[in-house]
Amino acid sequence: MDSTMLSRILTGETLAFHIIWATIGVGLPLLISLAEGWGIYKRDPHYILLAKRWTRGFVITVAVGVVTGTCIGMMLSLLWPSFMQLVGNAISLPLFMETFAFFFEAIFLGIYLYTWDRFKPIVHWLTSIPIVIGSTMSAVFITTVNAFMNTPAGFTLKDRELTNIDPIAAMLNPATPTKVAHVVSSSYLTGAFLLAAISAFLILRGRTHVYYKKAIKFTMVTGLILSLATIVAGDLSAKFLAQYQPEKLAAAEWHFETAKEAPLILGGTLDEETQEIRGAIEIPYALSFLATGKLDGTVEGLNETPAELRPPLFVHYYFDGMVMIGMYLFFISALFIILWVWKRGNEWNRWLLRGILLGGPLSFIAVELGWMYAERGRQPWMVTGLLKVSESATTANNVGLLLLVFTLLYIALATIAIAVLLRLFRKNPAEPELAQIDHMTDHN
Amino acid sequence: MDWLPLEYIGITVLWTFLYGYLIIASIDFGAGFFSYYSMLTKKDSIVGKVINRYLSPVWEVTNVFLVFFFVGMIGFFPDTAYYYGTALLLPASVALVLLTIRGSFYAFAQYGARQSRIYMFLYGITGLFIPASLATVLTISEGGYIAIIEGEVTFLVKTFFLSPYSWSVVWLALISILFISASFLTYYAHRAQDEPALSILRNYALVWSLPTILASFLVFVALENHNPIHFANMMSLWWMFILSLLFFIVAVILIWKKRYLGWAFLCVMLQFAFAFYGYGASHLPYLLYPYITIDSGFTNGAMGWALVIAFLAGLILLVPSLLLLLRLFIFDANYVRGETK
Repeated sequence: MDSTMLSRILTGETLAFHIIWATIGVGLPLLISLAEGWGIYKRDPHYILLAKRWTRGFVITVAVGVVTGTCIGMMLSLLWPSFMQLVGNAISLPLFMETFAFFFEAIFLGIYLYTWDRFKPIVHWLTSIPIVIGSTMSAVFITTVNAFMNTPAGFTLKDRELTNIDPIAAMLNPATPTKVAHVVSSSYLTGAFLLAAISAFLILRGRTHVYYKKAIKFTMVTGLILSLATIVAGDLSAKFLAQYQPEKLAAAEWHFETAKEAPLILGGTLDEETQEIRGAIEIPYALSFLATGKLDGTVEGLNETPAELRPPLFVHYYFDGMVMIGMYLFFISALFIILWVWKRGNEWNRWLLRGILLGGPLSFIAVELGWMYAERGRQPWMVTGLLKVSESATTANNVGLLLLVFTLLYIALATIAIAVLLRLFRKNPAEPELAQIDHMTDHN
Repeated sequence: MDWLPLEYIGITVLWTFLYGYLIIASIDFGAGFFSYYSMLTKKDSIVGKVINRYLSPVWEVTNVFLVFFFVGMIGFFPDTAYYYGTALLLPASVALVLLTIRGSFYAFAQYGARQSRIYMFLYGITGLFIPASLATVLTISEGGYIAIIEGEVTFLVKTFFLSPYSWSVVWLALISILFISASFLTYYAHRAQDEPALSILRNYALVWSLPTILASFLVFVALENHNPIHFANMMSLWWMFILSLLFFIVAVILIWKKRYLGWAFLCVMLQFAFAFYGYGASHLPYLLYPYITIDSGFTNGAMGWALVIAFLAGLILLVPSLLLLLRLFIFDANYVRGETK
């Protein structure tokens, strides 16, 4: 394999590994802060314990997120030097600001972790807010860089050099609003479902304390709100694609001929030669509606794009997977809340709990699928219309060796992180801490 | 806006962050080595506590200084991404792997890994190898290790490994971190009123002081052979290096006498500040000799402004936060002594 292919694999692998931890890093601070704040407001120590215990696990995931984030940050220059040289002039502002946001988060994370007993509860809770802001803002800034690669803006191209650069316009390029909204809402959502899945697992394993039920109610309420927000953001993203990157949406939907009243294709198989689709479910008008907001809207087909500039067609499955999981998360959290509100419903049904448990891993799969769709849907471009992937990889010839080394490193990191997390929570179950809390409240 | 040399503001900002990294990362890397060494010599129960109390809340911040430097470097000088990116694929990846192992260590260590001998070994050894691999960036910047062959940037691995200059830089990096770290930990143990730890750490500081200065001279000599132009520039800034030496002498005397240990550490910081800024200033106008100068590699003017403004805005946010962190964990006598959690 040549350096370009190896660089693509290494970058893809690093990102795929990093986003697991990065998503937790963005999602969990919000949930932790909400739980602690709610606990203080309701004077309910159970929620504060939830925040405390979530934080203990969070530290480990943050560490892996930080180190893999450093890896991908450096790899951008190491593996794609021409890319950084060309667009560095236009995108360094958000990269720089991302580091600031991260810095801000890092400082307050240190403070938050080590001041549980030093500050009054409300003051301690206040130190969680910079963490939420910092982690979310770093997601926002880094997403604007990715958005720039999809819809570059804020410069004029002159002899393969960018001139007349407007840093703010580059950052607030057309893809930024929808991308940021979708990334942030889905990260929060994934955080909520990760925590819900853990509590569901523990209840299924026979833990009975009301603490676990509070955890599920808390995460399902936030989960429902966030899944709605994610669906809305996803819908806006599709409309954005139809307007600015029609080939990306067309590839996802196997939509070849430009047409009105276009149907949405679910699943199926494709004969790439004849463009024939077999075994798919067709939802009439749905693609037109998704892309334009009108049932008879015109949707540009893939045949409008020259064959060598078309994205690979298997992105269809990534897209389908992501959308269906999104719908599932909405469905399961809505079901839980309906059964909870409806007096005769049983929201602790074991099958429902299993459904919630399944939502945890599924939400991570959706994040991976969504990113794979976003990235591979841009092929063959590194920066759409500006720089091709094949023109930007390093010319150095050690990439194969590095691929091997980093693969082993990620495997080791994942194994150790999971082992440490499991040991941490197995050795310190919540029950002794709960007994202490319940004992104290009994005496008051 | 030609009157304002944005590129000089840029490089000063970056150099300052690299200096910040040099100091706090040295403390951290050295601490890793001393932790492992004290485990081998069965003194870990004495110094381990002091080291842990300091490192736990600041580990993530340390990493940010480095990220800040390289993101800023690419931001202000995108050409560096092309040359250094291509040339440094191997050495930078080595550093990345080591940083990854080390960064994750802190989190894992909080939950028991600190008792593991293998992990302590990795922790100690990465503390020595990371500075060595990062120092290669500075070495390469002197020129002579990169060639353009058939229009492609190529890293001359063999020349690099056989060069006396590159080895002298590696030595200086290794020895300096041990000296910086030991002198800080001496001060910290003093704040913690931990006499036994203080006496061990003070010994470490004194043991590593002489090699530090010898290694510095070695780098001077090697540089004279490797890049005479840069060496001549350094000589014209001779007073900075003399000041550096004076601060070094004051620091060692104070540590020797066990007096004013806070001031002693400040002197160590000034010693390295003068040497580091002297080295940096004399390196200009080249960022990578002879391919990139500070003018040729500078980013687009509008972006330069945006970065400087973002930087100032960021400082308004960061400086108070950092001071808060320091007050809570470094300058809070009760915390240092371990009286609060």
